[in-house]
Amino acid sequence: MILKEQGLVVSVVDHHAMELTPRISEADVADYVALLKPRVMSLVVFTALVGLLIAPVHVHPVLTFTSILCIAVGAGASGALNMWYESDIDALMSRTANRPIPRGRVTPPEALTFGMTLAFFSVMTLGILVNWVAGALLAFTIFFYVVIYTMALKRWTAQNIVIGGAAGALPPVVAWAAATGSLSVEPLLLFLIIFFWTPPHFWALALFRCEDYARAGVPMLPVTAGPDATRLQILLYTIVLVAVAFAPWPLGYFDAVYGIASLVLGGGMLMLAANVYRRREGREASRATRRLFAFSIFYLFALFATLLIEVVVRAAAPSIW
Amino acid sequence: MRGAMDDKQEQKGIVLTEAQKKSRRERSIAIALALGVLVVLFFAVTIVKGPAVLMRPM
Repeated sequence: MILKEQGLVVSVVDHHAMELTPRISEADVADYVALLKPRVMSLVVFTALVGLLIAPVHVHPVLTFTSILCIAVGAGASGALNMWYESDIDALMSRTANRPIPRGRVTPPEALTFGMTLAFFSVMTLGILVNWVAGALLAFTIFFYVVIYTMALKRWTAQNIVIGGAAGALPPVVAWAAATGSLSVEPLLLFLIIFFWTPPHFWALALFRCEDYARAGVPMLPVTAGPDATRLQILLYTIVLVAVAFAPWPLGYFDAVYGIASLVLGGGMLMLAANVYRRREGREASRATRRLFAFSIFYLFALFATLLIEVVVRAAAPSIW
Repeated sequence: MRGAMDDKQEQKGIVLTEAQKKSRRERSIAIALALGVLVVLFFAVTIVKGPAVLMRPM
């Protein structure tokens, strides 16, 4: 009675009701696939494949498939664990509100179990079937993305995606290690390209999703430092990116086809980044930002595709090269 | 009488809806396929590596 007067009865009744009727999941396979972030995974698979194929050793196709599958599943596990931890802020942002947890299709404990299971199996399978250098690097990549980026950096500093970008840059390094059992300069060059590509790419996204991030309390650079400072940072990081992406040619690590492609593609990135820096108001500014975001995805795909083509042509017709 | 009715209800347990049954079946098939892939993968790598499957460089 006293409880009822204080308005506490409802909560007591609800609590018992929850205990008596356990939630039965209606999540289907598509919901679990969405937890893997398939679009991010496709970029990871592609960059890892390049990292593996440019290695100067012959890798059996079955081992190539195993390595790429493990790296893809590890990336998917990172995505699921990221969605588990960020379900509260995902619900607040229009870009992420449709993810399985905010929609109520998958519960956070289900996503956590799914992510941890995949992380365990991907690392162990890569370690046992391929080698432990690659297995350990994959474990570190998952740890870095989930613990360092998602849990520590993302809600704390505007440099979140600069430092966190290392996680997204590691797949070609893991793949190279899977092929050779060691590390070398080439995979580190690929690492640096993705590392310096990440800030202009994500800050371009953050510029036109600024309100989303502000609502969710995520300290992305446009929220904390403002759009103009972000535009300058985008331009500066793009200059560094173009230089880093071009360097492997004169240094003798990659061939001329790659060097020319990196110059042409880099010119496109620089032009679009300069456009973002110049156009700061209205529809023109928004269009410039979206163009840079879209082109940055093409840039990375095309740059890595050039390396892949070089490898394929060299293998098919060594006399041409 | 009442006790008997309660027992009957308890035995019945939670009845899944058609949607819940369908999604559970889908999930079970996906888990079975994933385990199948894992088995095939271990078998294939063992065949490919031969005795070297036991030599894993650090």
